Amino acid sequence: MNINATLFGQMIMFAMFTWFCMKFVWPPLVAAMEERKKRIESGLLAAERGLSEHKEAQQKSQEILAASKDQAAEIIANAGRQAATMVEDAKGVAAEQADKIKLNAKAQIEQESKRVKNELKEQVSGLVMQGVSSVLAKEVDARTHQDMLGKLAQTL
Amino acid sequence: MSTNSALTSGEYIKHHLQNLTYGQFPDGEWGIAHSAAEAKAMGFWAFHLDTLGFSFVLGALFLLVFRRVGKNMTISTPSGFQNFIESIIDFINENVSGSFNGKNPLIAPLALTCFVWIVLMNTMDLLPVDLLPQIAALAGVEYLKVVPTADPNATFGMSLGIFILMIYYSIKNKGLGGFIGELAFHPFGKMMFPVNLLLEGIGLLARPVSLALRLFGNMYAGELIFILIALFPYWIGWSLSLPWAIFHILIVLLQGFIFMTLVIVYMDMAHQTEH
Repeated sequence: MNINATLFGQMIMFAMFTWFCMKFVWPPLVAAMEERKKRIESGLLAAERGLSEHKEAQQKSQEILAASKDQAAEIIANAGRQAATMVEDAKGVAAEQADKIKLNAKAQIEQESKRVKNELKEQVSGLVMQGVSSVLAKEVDARTHQDMLGKLAQTL
Repeated sequence: MSTNSALTSGEYIKHHLQNLTYGQFPDGEWGIAHSAAEAKAMGFWAFHLDTLGFSFVLGALFLLVFRRVGKNMTISTPSGFQNFIESIIDFINENVSGSFNGKNPLIAPLALTCFVWIVLMNTMDLLPVDLLPQIAALAGVEYLKVVPTADPNATFGMSLGIFILMIYYSIKNKGLGGFIGELAFHPFGKMMFPVNLLLEGIGLLARPVSLALRLFGNMYAGELIFILIALFPYWIGWSLSLPWAIFHILIVLLQGFIFMTLVIVYMDMAHQTEH
């Protein structure tokens, strides 16, 4: 063990290295690591915020979906009801129309039958008159018995 | 050993433990010592070129590599080597924030420098003992001790630097009176101040001495065992040096870690104002 001036050389070297390390080596390394730490921290925070936002949006969308489903069901129910009433209405109208047509037809038929009856009456009375006149040609004067014959024709 | 068969075992060991010394010869001229006796005759004002050279190269390597990584730091996509450097920084930071309670921007870089520099210097011990000295011998350099921390000058140089910082920060934070009071009025109270001074003074001085001797002793012993193993024939040497090298990796890192931790603790003590 021989101690000599190497001691001082080493001491000065140590001081120089430490100074250099403190000035030029340590700060950039630590600064970069610190910045990364911050970046990771903020990234994690942002991720968490994004997650909660996503959850919120999901909830909202579900709410909207449920509301729209309700609305759709309501619309469908309304439409069904409306259709039912429309069918009901149409049925009523149709029945009325049918009744009217029936009545008209009945009236027409009655009229026709009346007319035909009258015609028949006239024809029968004409025939009767012919027959009677031909039978009674000799005894009955057409002119004198006109009133009686007219009454007869009317009763037929 | 086999290549240096001209040396006896004793000479071989001595040769390996001799630093490359630059100093003043007795006749007044400056130069490199050619023998251990010549080196010894140079006295205090001599320099171990190998210790200074290797520690400088290793320290510069450490700083340049870390500086480069620090300059090219990518924040979002760190590469493999950057991760490695960052894990060292994290490790230092953890230790400093765990043991050091004051606020001083010097302490963490100081701990980093201590740890990485000492680990690098210790790692020189894992190179084959004859590798660099033989290469140097081919280049005409007679002596070369490759492990700076196996030279007490290196370890004492560092621990004295720490000692100066300890005293500086103690006086700065506690005041001169506070610092002397801490030495004089503890642990026995005011009336016993000579005893206190003796005890505390020894305690204070023991810190840098133990700091330096622990590191030096471990590395010196480790190197010595490598040298002794190298004396065995080559076909058995590897079976001893391999396990010792594997075990030595632990010591290399552990000694760096202990030195760093103690530096942090001593600095913390110098920053504690209430006692």
